Amino acid sequence: MAPPSSRRSSYSRRAQYGVFTGYVIAGVGALIGAILLALSLWRPASFNGPRSVAQDAVAPAAEASAEVRAESQNLIEAIRGYLRAGSQNAELKQEVELARIRLAEAEAIKRENERLKALLGIEQEETKPVAVARLIGSSSASSRRFAYLGAGSVDGVKVGMPVRSPRGVVGRVLEVGRQSSRVLLLTDSQSILPVRLVDDNVVAYAEGRGDSMLRIRLINLGINPLKKGDIFVTSGAGGYYRPGTAVAIVAEKTEDGALARIISDPAATDYVAVEEIWQPEAIRAAETPIEQSVSEADNT
Amino acid sequence: MERADPRSRRDAYGSRINRAHSPLLAYTVPWATILLASLLPVFPIATAAPIVPPVGLMTMLAWRLVRPGLLPVWAGFPLGMFNDLFSGQPFGSGILLWSLAMIVVEAIETRFPWRSFVQDWLIAVGIVTCSIVAAACLSGASLGPPLFAALMPQVLLSLMLYPIIARMISTLDRFRLLRVRILG
Repeated sequence: MAPPSSRRSSYSRRAQYGVFTGYVIAGVGALIGAILLALSLWRPASFNGPRSVAQDAVAPAAEASAEVRAESQNLIEAIRGYLRAGSQNAELKQEVELARIRLAEAEAIKRENERLKALLGIEQEETKPVAVARLIGSSSASSRRFAYLGAGSVDGVKVGMPVRSPRGVVGRVLEVGRQSSRVLLLTDSQSILPVRLVDDNVVAYAEGRGDSMLRIRLINLGINPLKKGDIFVTSGAGGYYRPGTAVAIVAEKTEDGALARIISDPAATDYVAVEEIWQPEAIRAAETPIEQSVSEADNT
Repeated sequence: MERADPRSRRDAYGSRINRAHSPLLAYTVPWATILLASLLPVFPIATAAPIVPPVGLMTMLAWRLVRPGLLPVWAGFPLGMFNDLFSGQPFGSGILLWSLAMIVVEAIETRFPWRSFVQDWLIAVGIVTCSIVAAACLSGASLGPPLFAALMPQVLLSLMLYPIIARMISTLDRFRLLRVRILG
C-alpha cells in the first residue's frame, strides 16, 4: 500500500491547507534552527542555562547507569582475570620483584626530595579536591567531546576547574549546573593543554583531535626528541592545571611532534576529582585588559 | 455450546470485547520513545571518541518510515530541540538537521511512494550519514582528516543498527494500538 501521506489530500480545501501549513511550519522550524545554531556558534555560552537544567534533571538516572557501568566493568575484569590467572601470576611476581626495588629507590628519592625542599624552604601542602564525583555520561554521539559530571555548584564546582582521575588529567569544567556539570575532555578538538616531558625540559602543547588521540606540538622546533612511550605531564603554564599530572603517552612520532594516547581515558574512569584552579590570580591577570592593572580590575 | 475458535474475538491488538485503543497510548508512544532515544547516548559510556550512533534521530526516522503519517512534517523541530539539550552539539544544530531530515523524507516519499524495507534502510542510513557529517562540521570542532576518520565507526554502527531499531519500532507500534479495558 502506498503510504497515506503520498495519497492525494482530497479536494477538501481544509485538508490541503493543513498539509501546506505542515510544510511551512517544518521550513520555518529548520530556519529557526539555523538561526539558533549561528547564534550558539557565535556565542557558545548562549544556551547554557536550559542545557544545565536539562542535565540536572537526568543526573539521577545517569548516576545509576554509571554505577551499573562500573560494576559490569569490574565483573568483566574479574572473569578475564580468572581466564588468564596462570600466566598473569608469573608476570605479576616478576613485576612485584621489580616494583619492590623501585619502591626502595623511590623512598630514597622522596627523602632526598624532602631534604632539598626543606633546604629551599618550600612548603608544599597536599591539596584537597573540591569535589569527588562520577563521570555520569558523555556526549558520545556528537563529535564534540564533553562528559557530564555528577557534581555541580552545590558541591562548590566552578567553571574552569581542572578534573582529574587517579591516573591523570581528564579535562576542565566548562559549565556548571546545580547538581551536574559539563566537562571539556582533553580529546575535544577545542582543548589545548600546555605539557612537558616527564623527565626532560621539552615543552609542548597537547591538542585534542576529536578522535581519541592527542596531537603533541613542540614549542621549540628543531630535532624532534620524542620517542614512542614518552610520557607527558602538565607543565602548569596557563595556571589552570597543577604541574606534574600525567596527560598522555606518545604513540607515534610525527614531523612537528607526536600523536599521543591519553593516559586517563574517560571510558575507564569511575570516580574523578575536581580540583581548585592552580593559580587563579594568574588567570585573572591574563583576563584583565592590558590597559588596566590587575588591582584596578579587582576594585571595579 | 462450544466456540469454534477461542481466538475468534481477538486480533493483533488483543481482545475486542469491552476493550478499545487508548488515545493516550496511541499518541504518546512515538514521541516518548524518540525523546528517550535522544537521551540514550548520554548514558552507556563516557568515551574518548564519538562512537554511539545518533539513536534519537534514527528512532525518529524509523517511526517516520515504518509508520508514515503519524509524525507531522514539523516533528523535527521540537524533537531536535530536545536532543540539543543533551547531545553536546551547539544548540540549534539538532533543530536544523532533524527538520531537514523530516523534509527530505517527505520529499523522497512523494517521489517514491512504493518502497521496500531495503530502500527504507538506505534512505535512513543516507540521512543519518549526512547528518553525522553535517553535525561534525557544525559542531564548532576544528575540522581535519582525523575527525572525519573518527566518524567512520559511528556511521557503520548506524548502518547496522537501523534494522534493529525498525523492528523495535514495529513492535512498539503494535503496543501503541493495544486494546485496553474500558472503565465504566
